[in-house]
Amino acid sequence: MCLAIPALIKSINGKEAEAEIGGIGRRVSLWLTPEAKVGDYVLIHTGYAINVLDQEEALETLRLLEELSEVY
Amino acid sequence: MRFIDEFRRSDLAQKLIARIKQKALSPARFMEFCGGHTVAIFKFGIRQLLPPTIDMLSGPGCPVCVTDNSDLDKAIALAQLPDVIAATFGDMLKVPGSHSSLQKAKAEGADVRIVYSTMDALQIARENPSQSVVFIGIGFETTAPTIAASVLQAGQEKLDNYYVLSLHKLTPPVIKALLDSGEVKLDGIVCPGHVSTIIGSSPWEFVARDYGIACAVSGFEPIDILLSIEMLVSQVEDKAPKVDIAYRRSVRPDGNRRALELMDTVFEPCPARWRGMGLLPDSGLRFRKEFERFDAELAFDIDPGPTYEPKGCICGHILRGVKTPMDCELFAKLCTPEHPVGPCMVSSEGSCSAYYLYGAAYEP
Repeated sequence: MCLAIPALIKSINGKEAEAEIGGIGRRVSLWLTPEAKVGDYVLIHTGYAINVLDQEEALETLRLLEELSEVY
Repeated sequence: MRFIDEFRRSDLAQKLIARIKQKALSPARFMEFCGGHTVAIFKFGIRQLLPPTIDMLSGPGCPVCVTDNSDLDKAIALAQLPDVIAATFGDMLKVPGSHSSLQKAKAEGADVRIVYSTMDALQIARENPSQSVVFIGIGFETTAPTIAASVLQAGQEKLDNYYVLSLHKLTPPVIKALLDSGEVKLDGIVCPGHVSTIIGSSPWEFVARDYGIACAVSGFEPIDILLSIEMLVSQVEDKAPKVDIAYRRSVRPDGNRRALELMDTVFEPCPARWRGMGLLPDSGLRFRKEFERFDAELAFDIDPGPTYEPKGCICGHILRGVKTPMDCELFAKLCTPEHPVGPCMVSSEGSCSAYYLYGAAYEP
């Protein structure tokens, strides 16, 4: 039910955007994320962008995991 | 960065598994609240990768599953009204109520339409001005703001034929009820990632503070889940419960303020009936006075009749974490995804469905 998937914003027209999910275009609503810009990745849930994904935080999580020692 | 493949890397998964195995010395029982997590844990084989000290339990985080039969009966009764088009998410269609299901009602002539989004329901309302469109509003805090947005949009467009049956549920109150019942002893909770994208991580702080239970908010890729389990294990071993975020690319402590504002504009908390848990205070959402004209329950006169529970079904116990699908006599015999008896077998993220598809073979 709470399924949400990352999608790339390709263009914006008012409160709606055209987003790309795995190569497929879809119209999504930006009612909940008016701050979204073209080029942002947003999380899509039931046709609405519920958040703009934070690329820096994503990279930081991956960096910390890469540096993580297997031995604790 | 595509936000999917990066969080399925096997080298990172192996590191995390090695750390979990080294750290998890004392026995610990963790509950993944969210049905989406249950499915991901089964799908990626995570249970089999964990050391025997860790016991994972599925929680009540499936909106379809926790919807009470009395509410399902209301949805079905609304769909059966003449000149009503019931718009619903696909998950709801096959869920059996006391006497029927939306699917059966549709087969008998009711106009039931599956939509992917409330935007589609609004479009149906625009195209059918002489009929009433009732959206069956189920979902947690992830979904409620999208339904609030549809109500505000319908108001702006003066769509007089759009209604919502508000069966929304709020997640922190049910976790509190679960912990207060004392039925299940937990050491940690994998907190829901997309609910927390909206409400933030801070609403979970009471779990660590008042109950001494570890919390980690997780995304839905294998690295997210393994990282959240590693965080829970660390908190348990250090005896320092808190709320960690394993899903920082999406979850912030204060959530999505805009979404919360929209939800709060349209709805207010109310008591709600949960399958298996009964009536819980402030755990549902009803329309605020200014938006009551959208309330399908007020707008239509329905009599769903008496409520019955399916005989032998233990969905209520499974949702509370006190039993697993393997304890159910109907599981995989009388109750299958094709012929579901209870909602946990219907929903794609129900525990019974996940056990049926992925898990049964691994149980002792």
